[in-house]
Amino acid sequence: MDFSILLSDLPTLVVVIVGVPIVLAAYIVGGEYVVRRLPDKNRPQVRPWIWVGPAIFLVAAILFIPAIFTVIQSFQDNQGNFVGLQNYANQLADFPSGGAWIAIRNNIIIWLIFYTLFVLAFGLALAVLFDRVAYETVVKSLIFMPMAISSVALGVIWKFMFWYQPPGSAQTGTLNAIVTFFHHDPVAWLQDQWPNGLAILNNLALIGAATWGITGFAMVILSAALKGIPGELLEAARVDGAGEITIFRRVIFPLMMPTIVVVGTTLVIFALKAFDVVYVMTNGNYNTDVLAFRMYNLLYLSHNPAGASAVAIILLIAVVPVLIFNLRQFRAVEARR
Amino acid sequence: MSVAAAARTESTAAVGSGQWISQRLGRIVLHVVVIGLTLAWVVPTLGLVLSSFRPFSAIATSGWWAAISPPYAFTLDNYNQLFAQSNLGTAIFNSFMVSVPSTVIPVTIAAFAAYAFAWMKFPARDWIFLAFVGLLAVPLQLTFIPVLKFYVEHGITIENLTALNLPPWVGLWLAHAGYGLPFSTYLLANFFRALPSDLFESAEIDGAGTLTVFFRIILPLSVPALASLVIFQFLWVWNDLLVALIYVGGSPEVAPLTVNLAGLTNSLGQGYQLLTAAAFFSMIVPLVVFLSLQRYFVRGILAGSVKG
Amino acid sequence: MHSSSLVRALVVAMAAVFTAVACGTSSTGNAGSIKILAAWSGQEQASFFAVLKPWEDKTGIKVNYEYSRDLDALLTTRVGAGNPPDLAAAPSPTTLTNFAKQGKVIALDDKIDMTSLKANYSQSWIDLGTINGKLYETFSWVAVKGLIWYDPKNFQAKSYNVPNSWQSLMDLQSTIKGSGVTPWCVALESGSASGWPGSDWLKEIVLSQSGPSVYDGWVAGTQKWTSPEIKSAFTTWGQVLGANDSNVYGGKQFMLATNFGDGGTHMFDNPPKCYMHNQASFITTFFTSAVPSLQPVTDFNFFPLPDITAQYAGAHVVAGDSWAMFRDTSQARSLMNYLITADAQTIWVKRGGKISPNKQTALDAYPDPLTKESAQILVATKIAKYDATDQMPADMRAAAWKAVLDFVGDQSKLDSILKTLDGVQATAYK
Repeated sequence: MDFSILLSDLPTLVVVIVGVPIVLAAYIVGGEYVVRRLPDKNRPQVRPWIWVGPAIFLVAAILFIPAIFTVIQSFQDNQGNFVGLQNYANQLADFPSGGAWIAIRNNIIIWLIFYTLFVLAFGLALAVLFDRVAYETVVKSLIFMPMAISSVALGVIWKFMFWYQPPGSAQTGTLNAIVTFFHHDPVAWLQDQWPNGLAILNNLALIGAATWGITGFAMVILSAALKGIPGELLEAARVDGAGEITIFRRVIFPLMMPTIVVVGTTLVIFALKAFDVVYVMTNGNYNTDVLAFRMYNLLYLSHNPAGASAVAIILLIAVVPVLIFNLRQFRAVEARR
Repeated sequence: MSVAAAARTESTAAVGSGQWISQRLGRIVLHVVVIGLTLAWVVPTLGLVLSSFRPFSAIATSGWWAAISPPYAFTLDNYNQLFAQSNLGTAIFNSFMVSVPSTVIPVTIAAFAAYAFAWMKFPARDWIFLAFVGLLAVPLQLTFIPVLKFYVEHGITIENLTALNLPPWVGLWLAHAGYGLPFSTYLLANFFRALPSDLFESAEIDGAGTLTVFFRIILPLSVPALASLVIFQFLWVWNDLLVALIYVGGSPEVAPLTVNLAGLTNSLGQGYQLLTAAAFFSMIVPLVVFLSLQRYFVRGILAGSVKG
Repeated sequence: MHSSSLVRALVVAMAAVFTAVACGTSSTGNAGSIKILAAWSGQEQASFFAVLKPWEDKTGIKVNYEYSRDLDALLTTRVGAGNPPDLAAAPSPTTLTNFAKQGKVIALDDKIDMTSLKANYSQSWIDLGTINGKLYETFSWVAVKGLIWYDPKNFQAKSYNVPNSWQSLMDLQSTIKGSGVTPWCVALESGSASGWPGSDWLKEIVLSQSGPSVYDGWVAGTQKWTSPEIKSAFTTWGQVLGANDSNVYGGKQFMLATNFGDGGTHMFDNPPKCYMHNQASFITTFFTSAVPSLQPVTDFNFFPLPDITAQYAGAHVVAGDSWAMFRDTSQARSLMNYLITADAQTIWVKRGGKISPNKQTALDAYPDPLTKESAQILVATKIAKYDATDQMPADMRAAAWKAVLDFVGDQSKLDSILKTLDGVQATAYK
């Protein structure tokens, strides 16, 4: 390995490590300076925009404007002519097993329910349980480790886990080794469309791999929220004679609810956007297709960006109920202020 | 007092009494569950680590658990091939050059914006915030061509930046910042909003300006949330392959570690045993980041902040 | 902290930053540079660099090489954003042909040495790269498909003879089956390309059974998937696979779940789990990395897939890496011209794993007897047809691969599978 590169690139290193924070700090300090020069009554009108400005600018340029292009493109054909809802019709043709319907079913029913449930449940359970043991840091780090792995590596790990050898041969995959230990035939976890072509098993296998990778994320955030609960509250509850489970139900869970909503919302959106695991492990075959993967294929394989846009908009529409729920939560919190 | 300390408080029950036994049993069950879950969780990673020390012929014919019993077939071959790559040092350097600003920029900008969303009033505030959350759902692939086109048309390319002696990754930083902002803002705004309003009132009474409130009150109290965000954003950028390929390409001078490691297998996918070593190796930096930020996940930061 | 001291600190810091920026160094070459995008990584990348070296030394041009397995995605984005590489190499012409049809690729007729190309390449390679009368793609390294690999020691132990006709292959298949072992190993998993080894079987059968004009029509989208010729290819393959995939080791689960590189190694198990494996010439490196003690010729050898119809005897499917030029620069032209020469191609050939389509490449350059034999087949073959699915539009090809997986999953669904393929064919060729 050649580390002399680091020395010759020292100027770049300085610019990056020092320059970036300085530019940002300069911006906000400079912005406040400008605000303070304004008359008193104008300050609260201008100030928020200084603070929120860079975020709005970046998000608009990188996400919002491309999203608008996508909406427009979903109503055009690939040459730019307006075609109304044709793309949507194409993608939604052949219910129930054609077009985008398999992906819709997988994302909106299987991924959304099971992925979100598994990750939230595990994340919460682990955060609460680990909080009570002295070696908390160690076990938390071990649960968190899968987050440090790239999606390609996660695919490799779980391919090893799901590896299939025919019955009678030595199993090389962990799960099939366990299964055959109990005298059951090995299972082709990713290819088996049990039950009867409904493909619940292999989708759950993929969700299992994805859950393993992301639970650390939920656990960390929920743990941070858990630690924000003042110890006095819990002590008081204990002194009043409440058992641990009651304390969890009546004190911990309600106080963590805002964070649970945030984590839950993020997970639901991740479930709808699931891509990496499907791409690396089954490539959407065996009825494991998902919307983001279908979109990727339409864009890069079929060179059909209009169709891809329609699928993306379907995905965005599926997110709307989640957004409405969140809006209600904000309003509730605001009202309580 | 923390929940943990509260939980570990010496029981007041008499030793040997029924209550004492059930509390002890409860503790044992807790430990068994915690350790059991953790062990099960670690199994896949353990399989990876062991496999990274086995030659391909062994991996293809037996499970990783066979490695822990004789005949031992351990080899450093996978790691040797990994480190034999001449560009590894540059790739690691590039990964830092990409990951650090791509973390600092969105987290900082999100903190600024979250403060405004949580504690300032301005027109359409709730709708703009909702838009941020909604944009979480935008699939990245759709943004590549419009954003890249914008960069190319406005000269934000590697060639131009290098010619101007600027870091060539600026476009990538801004893209990652854009991608990371929705979640960061969402998380921080919720966190800031949960801070008690008495804090701000006492600060206002003391005559503190907006900047002071932000840097002296909000940020220190939000350390767990900020630490979490830094970890996630850093991890996501460190492990990212596709976004880097799109915005800076794969040439060795600018490509991060993920591109470098993806090159261990040939176009037919041969050599996936090298990926086990690569995966383990590339876990090291994120884990170090995580462990060093662990100490910020402490309880009691809020305690005592309002009184006195 | 007073805001004025804060401001002062910031100014000083910014000055430091700008100084650092100004002190950074940059260097420029004078022979220029070239940007190449391809899918080669790992060992292949090393081989490609070995090929480039003499050219780089001679011209002094700096090479910026990028690789990606997501070649389609990367190239589509770059081209769409107006930032393409100078040259791109793809493992199949599909992507590049697509761009050529959109007018994003430079026509090569007046940019490279066409006389040398026409002299040293058989016409089929030139035709392959020609779209609407102009040359857009050249080919550098190829592979031969339709080679049935076997372990000679296994055959000897059971006194099996290498079949030289389709009927004798079928007879051998039943004999092996009768002895209680599955005759075939087939493995279809390959990430985003899962199913391609099965499509190799199909195209070899189509070519050998129904001949070049049916094959060409199939490639062009004029021969329907539901037509008797194509359907017959599926059912013939079904005979090879056996009812319920019973002629294949591990049945359908193994086929679907196992990576194409790992399937054939079961021939070398003791006792062998299968006897024959249909794969391209590059499979040998997979054998030797799984079982390092294997020696070519003694431990593994091949015989070409026997002809099905006498009329089309000697037909073979081939595949190879294609090159296209996206930006017309003097460096790009120079490199293109270099890459089509036998000298350039021999460098990689010597390192193993590839065959050169250039007629000038010496047969002795091939490092082992088996590659040499496949090269000879390539040179001698009477009807050489380029890999069918690699020429089809990308979504047709993806549908074909998926059809392979579905067919293996349930052979009785053939008619509905073919009907779906026809549906894709109707829209894919636009």
